[in-house]
Amino acid sequence: MPERGPAGPVTLSRALNCTGCGAGLEVRAAGHSLTIVCGHCGAVLDAKDPDFQILSRFDSKTQIKPKIPLGTRGKLEGIAFEVIGFQVRTITVEGVNYSWHEYLLFNPYQGFRYITEYNGHWNRVRTVGAIPQETTSGGKPAVKLGDRTFKHFQTARARTTYVLGEFPWHVRAGDTVDARDYVAPPFILSAEAGGGEVTWSLGEYTPGAEVWKAFKQKGGPPSASGIFANQPSPYAGRVGSMWKTWAAMMAGLLLVAIFFGVISSDDKVFSKQYRFFRGQGEPSYVTDVFELKGRTSDVVVEVRTDLNNAWAYFSYALINEETGQAFDFGREVSYYRDSEGSEGSQSDEAVIPSVPSGRYYLRVEPEMPEGSGVMEYTLIVRRDVPVSGFYWIAAAFLTLPPIFMLWRSMYFEGKRWQESDYATTSSDDD
Amino acid sequence: MSKRTANCPNCGAAIEFLWSSAVQTTCPFCKTILVRHDVDLEKVGVVGDLPPDCSPIQIGTEGIFQKKSFVVVGRILYEYERGNWNEWHLMFNDGASGWLADAQLDYAVSFLRKPPDPLPQSGNLDVGRTFQWFGGSYVVTTITEAKYVGVEGELPFQYWEKNVVPFADLRTSDARFATIDYSEETPLLFVGQSVEFPELQLKNVRLFENW
Repeated sequence: MPERGPAGPVTLSRALNCTGCGAGLEVRAAGHSLTIVCGHCGAVLDAKDPDFQILSRFDSKTQIKPKIPLGTRGKLEGIAFEVIGFQVRTITVEGVNYSWHEYLLFNPYQGFRYITEYNGHWNRVRTVGAIPQETTSGGKPAVKLGDRTFKHFQTARARTTYVLGEFPWHVRAGDTVDARDYVAPPFILSAEAGGGEVTWSLGEYTPGAEVWKAFKQKGGPPSASGIFANQPSPYAGRVGSMWKTWAAMMAGLLLVAIFFGVISSDDKVFSKQYRFFRGQGEPSYVTDVFELKGRTSDVVVEVRTDLNNAWAYFSYALINEETGQAFDFGREVSYYRDSEGSEGSQSDEAVIPSVPSGRYYLRVEPEMPEGSGVMEYTLIVRRDVPVSGFYWIAAAFLTLPPIFMLWRSMYFEGKRWQESDYATTSSDDD
Repeated sequence: MSKRTANCPNCGAAIEFLWSSAVQTTCPFCKTILVRHDVDLEKVGVVGDLPPDCSPIQIGTEGIFQKKSFVVVGRILYEYERGNWNEWHLMFNDGASGWLADAQLDYAVSFLRKPPDPLPQSGNLDVGRTFQWFGGSYVVTTITEAKYVGVEGELPFQYWEKNVVPFADLRTSDARFATIDYSEETPLLFVGQSVEFPELQLKNVRLFENW
């Protein structure tokens, strides 16, 4: 059988001199490239023409140096690519020009890819062979590709403002396309409409350091400033996982609360009714001895009064009969009411945490302002009472980190969308 | 499948058909375009040298599409305003015939299909029009005026003297792909899928220096 394919490797690169200025140039994707742009004089050469005729010219007053030089090879996702073209594209929003850099990458089997850079933010980009479906997300226009929904970010007219190297299409100075960007961080989906055709491409946010490593560049990449349209939020995944952790901890807390609720004996160890009238009898008295049993736990001293538009102050001491150890505390009880409502409460509860078991009594010294009437009140002492306060405080503390993370995340998203067509402070309201 | 051989009526070289249903082939030695009539081959024209082209695919390249292996047996090279593209004719191991398009190294595999509805004439077709075919929404993405500039190897039809005709490319949201080819009086519909180079697991591809 005859050898049908061309024998031997095909050469894709060749050196040439610019037809415009004689500068040395190199073709790196012969057979694919349609135009070569000389970085020295801005001449756009016809790559298919053996004489490399000049098709048009770029204004080359300002030369822009690609951060990754043409001819550099690197590996993306394990596939070798060579930088063969570079262009600067510019959009104008509210009179301000924004420019980004695009590097055209080539592999003779895998085809073409792009790397874009704006303010130190990099994306690796490729065209997609599918038509994304139009939809909406949260009231905003969006598109769907596969099972991913991309929110509309910005629509702008992009001009080609500087070009270098070769391209598989005809490059012309001042080429414009209408570009629509949709984001689903770390991805960005762009539709470029021009010449009656729409080209969709998918970009993935890539840290500069990764690009630097892939293309073996010296030093470090330029530092990124601001937040880019499809930059993944460092908080996005964490907010969700923190809420999950939070839910787990709350469940744990609830279990602990239930456990102590179940094991708490909640014994009423003392209860007695008293009467107080200012100036009558001893200012202070002691109660009968009562026994606090079980593990070291809390003691609740409750007082229920019949105060009405009056206040009283109770000085307490819970005293261990055997050791003399005393827990001193004071509580004010006040209750006022009128036609508009009431304030305060006729009863009060004081919690003394961690009281060891033993025999105890209370020393009580009530006080009331001069001219007060008679106060009837009941003193109740309970042992080992389940208290919810601790749990509420713990829950609040547990809730702080995810709330903080949520706030950080929302702040980040706010900064992202500030650069979009949906910026909140933009004066542009069309 | 049956292999058959014949001799080139122009130079006498032995021509071996890889694909039993081939209607046309080119003599690899003298570039004569040969059409098959029962036993004989008729010389119908000569292809000039194909313009330099850097597709990594060549006649004899083997690959796999949807778990079926194929070999590249023929090729049509088209030229349009913005360059060239190749339609490589595939012969599958079950005898089916298919096409592998290589347009600036974007690849798609397609098969001739009977259109579910009559296809519109080219003048009635606009970018953005949608067709409901085979359970998918096919959107017209480009309409290209192109002509063939060369053929090579075995083809399922006589294809050697054509004018500029329109081709419409259609795509779906799940990367299915279709082409309406207006080179025949009744438009032809090719339906398939965009593919990534690695998916095809190609063997016997062209070699490129330093790659």
